[in-house]
Amino acid sequence: MQQTKQRGAMSWVGDVAVIFGKDLRAELRTKEALNASLSFALVILLLFSFAFDPSSEQTHDIAGGLLWIVYAFAGTLILNRSFVRELPNDCLDGLIAAPIPAWTLFLGKSLANFVLVLAVELISLPIFGIFYNVRWAQQGWALLLVLALTTWGLTVVGTMFSALTVNLRIRELMLPILIYPIMIPALLGAMEVTGPLITGKPLEGDLLTWVRLLVGFDIIFTSLSVALVETVLVG
Amino acid sequence: MREKIIYIFAAAAAVLLVRNLYVILLVLPDEAQQGPIYRIMFFHIPSAITCFIGFLAAGISSAIYLATKNPRNDAIAVASTEVSLAFATVVLATGSIWARIIWGIWWTWDARLTSMLVCWLLYASYLMLRRAIDEPTQRAKFSAVLSIFAFSDVIIVWKSIEWWRTQHPGPVLSIRTGGGQMNPAMEAAIYWNLLALILFGLVLVLVRLRQEEMRREIDGMRQMAHAI
Repeated sequence: MQQTKQRGAMSWVGDVAVIFGKDLRAELRTKEALNASLSFALVILLLFSFAFDPSSEQTHDIAGGLLWIVYAFAGTLILNRSFVRELPNDCLDGLIAAPIPAWTLFLGKSLANFVLVLAVELISLPIFGIFYNVRWAQQGWALLLVLALTTWGLTVVGTMFSALTVNLRIRELMLPILIYPIMIPALLGAMEVTGPLITGKPLEGDLLTWVRLLVGFDIIFTSLSVALVETVLVG
Repeated sequence: MREKIIYIFAAAAAVLLVRNLYVILLVLPDEAQQGPIYRIMFFHIPSAITCFIGFLAAGISSAIYLATKNPRNDAIAVASTEVSLAFATVVLATGSIWARIIWGIWWTWDARLTSMLVCWLLYASYLMLRRAIDEPTQRAKFSAVLSIFAFSDVIIVWKSIEWWRTQHPGPVLSIRTGGGQMNPAMEAAIYWNLLALILFGLVLVLVRLRQEEMRREIDGMRQMAHAI
């Protein structure tokens, strides 16, 4: 009994890894969503430079907010593609019919999206630093932790609702309307922490409260999604 | 039977509302610091509690729908959400009017107000999602999932005045503070109006529920006519 249980857990890890590898490979071969997301992030950064004076001290104060708006918008492009990519040739039906639990499919896709969105963030962060003359790397590791925590929250919610909207006619319209309000607690926490981190403040005191909010958000929405994804995909 | 219940509840709500308006407007004195505007909270607080109860009912009935796939629960969820969204609108509107007088501004971005606005947006997107899906079982399934996700924000709204230091006043009802925050006569008026609004909301939900059931019946007949 113990043995089968263990093998079960191992095979789930294997299932997640297969889906993760498949999604990542498919994306890296075409780079459709990745390129679109990156150039979109650049365009928004450019637009912000007209809205705010990039050289002023004030811009440093709102840097956290700017960055996360860019990431949330650019990330949605990747999340939107995640399940749409499976529509041609009925790949989605094939995936759902595969003998794996729906939540492993979901986790695999979430992990792939997480890596892709994080990559977009890590590439656009130095570009942001150059454009806006911000020395962002002073608290590099803490910043990376906040990026990872928030991005996981965003991708879990995004992948879940990408699965939910994939069969709608107006999915490109519905996805942002559904996910941004749900993401707000995570985005708010990330903005509150990222701003001070970029200006070089260490991760302590009040900032830790926001990190705790991020961890709570991740735990709650990961478990909700894992519990409900079977209903969304299979019925 | 359902008809009768609706009429009885509606009559009770109407009587209670008239009685409460009399107490609120003519019996209770102006508040010492805020003056007459404080009376708006007799609608603000009960509306907020009513809409949270409604969202909770929608969340529970969505979860039951996912477990049983009984379309009745989906109908309860949508009826409850629509009515609660109306109450949430009342909360935001009355709050803004109160804020304009007391704070001098219509809106401020503190945790309570922001999370309540997010809550409103979430349930508005719930209704939009329903519009976007044509197939009834898929619509019921997906909106049930969204309703469960959205309820997490209701908890944030409820707890926000304890978690953050907000410009929005802290808890005043004695069930949350242990008493002493408010004159007992005023607090009693809040509870009476809460009862009235809950009854009123229940009537609206029941009416909307009946409409939803009729709609399903008509849809069924239409499909049958097509088949013939």
